Amino acid sequence: MATLTHHESVTAEYLEVSPSARKKFVLIIVAGAIVLAIGLLLAALGIGAEHHEGAAAAHEATSHGAGPAAGHHGSPAWLKRLIVSLWHNNVFFTGVSAIGTVFMAIQYVAYAGWSVLIKRVNEALSAWLIPGLILMIGIFAISLINHDIFHWTMPGIMDKGSENYDEIIAGKSGFLNLPFYLIRMVLFLGLWAFFTKRLRDLSLAEDLNGGTEYFHKSINVSALFLVIYAVSSPIAAWDWVMSVDTHWFSTMFGWYVFASWWVSGIAAVTLCTILLKQAGYLRFVKEGHLHDLGKFMFGFSIFWTYVWFSQFMLIWYANLPEESVYFNQRLGGFDGRYTWMFFGNLVINFVFPFLVLMTRDAKRQMIMLKIVSIAILIGHWSDFYLMLMPGTMKAENGFIIEIGTALIFLGAFLLLMTKRLAQASLVPVHHPFLDESVHHTT
Amino acid sequence: MTKRFALGIFDDEDVLLHAVENVREAGVKIYEVFTPFPIHGMDDALGIERSRLPIAAFFFGLTGLSFALWMQIYMLGFDWPMIIGGKPHIALPSFIPVSFELTVLFCCHGMVITFYTISKLYPRWKTPVLDVRSTDDKFVVAIEVNENTDMTKLTQLLRDNGASEVNQKEMSKF
Repeated sequence: MATLTHHESVTAEYLEVSPSARKKFVLIIVAGAIVLAIGLLLAALGIGAEHHEGAAAAHEATSHGAGPAAGHHGSPAWLKRLIVSLWHNNVFFTGVSAIGTVFMAIQYVAYAGWSVLIKRVNEALSAWLIPGLILMIGIFAISLINHDIFHWTMPGIMDKGSENYDEIIAGKSGFLNLPFYLIRMVLFLGLWAFFTKRLRDLSLAEDLNGGTEYFHKSINVSALFLVIYAVSSPIAAWDWVMSVDTHWFSTMFGWYVFASWWVSGIAAVTLCTILLKQAGYLRFVKEGHLHDLGKFMFGFSIFWTYVWFSQFMLIWYANLPEESVYFNQRLGGFDGRYTWMFFGNLVINFVFPFLVLMTRDAKRQMIMLKIVSIAILIGHWSDFYLMLMPGTMKAENGFIIEIGTALIFLGAFLLLMTKRLAQASLVPVHHPFLDESVHHTT
Repeated sequence: MTKRFALGIFDDEDVLLHAVENVREAGVKIYEVFTPFPIHGMDDALGIERSRLPIAAFFFGLTGLSFALWMQIYMLGFDWPMIIGGKPHIALPSFIPVSFELTVLFCCHGMVITFYTISKLYPRWKTPVLDVRSTDDKFVVAIEVNENTDMTKLTQLLRDNGASEVNQKEMSKF
């Protein structure tokens, strides 16, 4: 009833990250470090490791080819697990971080008004891109020492006559070679970070000076960014995730990884918006805005499932050995150690959001959205786990090291994100569509 | 049966939205609002209850899903079993696309038919229009009146809230 009759003026409000909140984030990092240390210790001492015949046999059966390369083991298990889980977490957090800018860019080019009030949350989400780039280069460099993550980086694997020679991988050398790979990594993340910075600068200048000039400029920048992101994100997915299973390929993979990042990004924005609102900020964000975010989470959970199923069904139906090995490993390979995750992945990322967010009332309640967005974030973290671990760790995967690393990343991510949130007003006071967003009803 | 209506004509949708809120607050019952395009927030302002169409949609979808699964399992599993690509007769993953499509088909057709039926929109139905300009660029608030209504007061109320003109009209088919 009171949608249009209130005349409260929208003014700038600033987030104050209290020392206790910051202490909590540091505590998450410390807890992560402790879990990580315990995990490393357990793994190094070989406690809980399964070295029975079945696992070893499965390992042999699914390792690449029968050449001498199959005997290659790289770092000790605890170190390999640490490196792989660092890569896993960085790919997940960096991808989710980029979604902040992607989401905002889409809102700009669509002339969308409703999302203006949550724009600063999107901007803050993208704060991880530069650290993500630095970490990614670092972890990649470490992985090169023992070739723990990427089999194709083995020396001599592309030289005919070498004992490591692999004909299939050699056929991909035009794309999968170190210089080109590194150029792509730096270029993509650099471009994403550049456009994030550009949009952020325009947005901050708009806060100071007002006028519609910044808005129109932002639309141009956003349109350009979206074209670049559309081309670079699938290639990034091939590089960072699919090239782990070097022999295997899937044309759906780029979209599959994007869908995972995208729905997690929206879940992160929703969760952050709700937490800010519950802390007394963003008082103009109403049920309508949350409803729209809920619709996004609901819809794109289905979209992720659609892409997942499109990939699965074609491979399952055609049943070509070189393609189905991917699902073989996950659906019962290595003594079935990934099977529960494979099905759990579908339950937490599809069935749960689908059933819980189906009704309108659920999408308008903060508690429901909070539960679902946390489930989606955990679910898609596991989704990336499932993409990376069978190809790298085979039958030696575990969870303690991985969860410890994830907690360290989470704490650092939150520190950086809240820092950027506090740097500017939570309300973009001079955005031309601000009024529309304040009066948004669904 | 003939009904009489007072028609408040508005030029702007924001003014209209405020007017609807104020008129209802003044205790006047609004019969209906006619606009050239949907206005955000109008349903809330008019106090219209939410449609129950989604519930119908859910059951139409469920019907479609059940039909699709029954059809495929019966045809390919029992009526005429065939081996396709070495898969079992009842291979559920390959049934998912058809099940999905039939769920959507039943759901949207059912929804359209239900909506048209409850809105009385079927072929050859003549829709009475209170003011033809509501299909062009004017927004019309219709208030049902009778002999006891104080027309001067009502006219004043509408005018105070931004109506550019206030007319009266009789309609036989409402």
